[in-house]
Amino acid sequence: MITWIKQTTIVAGLAMISSYSYAAPVNYEIDAGGMHASVNFKIKHLGYSWLAGRFDKFGGNFVYDNEDPSKSKINVNLDTASVNSNHAERDKHLRSKDFLDVNKYPTAEFVSTSITENGNDLVVKGDLTLHGVTKPIEIKAEKIGEGKDPWGGYRAGFSGDTSIKLADYGITYNLGPASTEVFLQLNIEGIRK
Amino acid sequence: MHLANRDTNYGWIAISLHWLTALVVIALFVLGLWMVDLDFYNPWYHDAPYLHKSVGVLLMAVMLFRWIWRLISVEPQALPTHGSFTRLAAKSAQRLLYLLVFAIGISGYLISTAEGQPLQVFNWFALPAYPLEIENQADIAGSIHLWLAVSLISLASIHALAALKHHFIDRDATLKRMLSAN
Repeated sequence: MITWIKQTTIVAGLAMISSYSYAAPVNYEIDAGGMHASVNFKIKHLGYSWLAGRFDKFGGNFVYDNEDPSKSKINVNLDTASVNSNHAERDKHLRSKDFLDVNKYPTAEFVSTSITENGNDLVVKGDLTLHGVTKPIEIKAEKIGEGKDPWGGYRAGFSGDTSIKLADYGITYNLGPASTEVFLQLNIEGIRK
Repeated sequence: MHLANRDTNYGWIAISLHWLTALVVIALFVLGLWMVDLDFYNPWYHDAPYLHKSVGVLLMAVMLFRWIWRLISVEPQALPTHGSFTRLAAKSAQRLLYLLVFAIGISGYLISTAEGQPLQVFNWFALPAYPLEIENQADIAGSIHLWLAVSLISLASIHALAALKHHFIDRDATLKRMLSAN
């Protein structure tokens, strides 16, 4: 009987702990292993349509404080050679010196410098290093959700959008006047470390 | 006028295939080097690679036929004035030329089909991709394709210079045998 009570108490106690949402800054690793994340881009083709693609290999970490988002931070790095627009010849061209020059610049990185809450949105400011050039950018992000997963872990997910001018990063191959800007979309899910 | 090879001569089929291949290989080499540097707004930006790939695949078919034709044909004997070194050098160069052409064709195919897309040959048919899925396949195959092509053109130049040497210096029938079957 006493054993039974003890067990029940422990189980109930554990249940209370695990149902508790993490208030303090929590460290997350982007779930690139389970691929609950993506780094997508789109750019206009001749001004007539969107050409979309993504980077297949990336990783990163973030800290998220749901009570004080300003204590949050994020870094994402990606393998530039993993560019994938579902067309072998175009991807080969994108990896070449005309664009990403992946032999010289094999990685790109984003490191946040400040995160502020703006209504339902988060404004993530930080430095993007691409093609050997580091420039500040601003990502408009939103939290999608957070909570326990069914397998004993805890997850939080976000989505963010930004755009960059290719010429700012020294990528000057002429794709036409409608195609100077690339729109980036980031979907990330982090698993609490 | 004989189509098949004879003991002392190449036939018209072997001769035609030789010069057709030579012409197409040189044309593809020039086209290939030119097309990779075309800018996005050049009218040939899409057509040049399309032509290069389509003609390349057809050249592979011709080379395959040429190889089979070579296997089933009588091999004209080397000229009696050719020494054993000349014979060995000529034969090795010929074999290597065949090998390079095939290797270039295969590496080219592996560029375009690296991400599973078929290779379109004019608007006639498409070669399906073979799922090798090597990492950075298009880049690796691309640099192999280029360096094999440079090797082929170099070796073909030596092959041509050797033929000219036989014609103008040794004054033998080596080149004439490849110009006419009669």
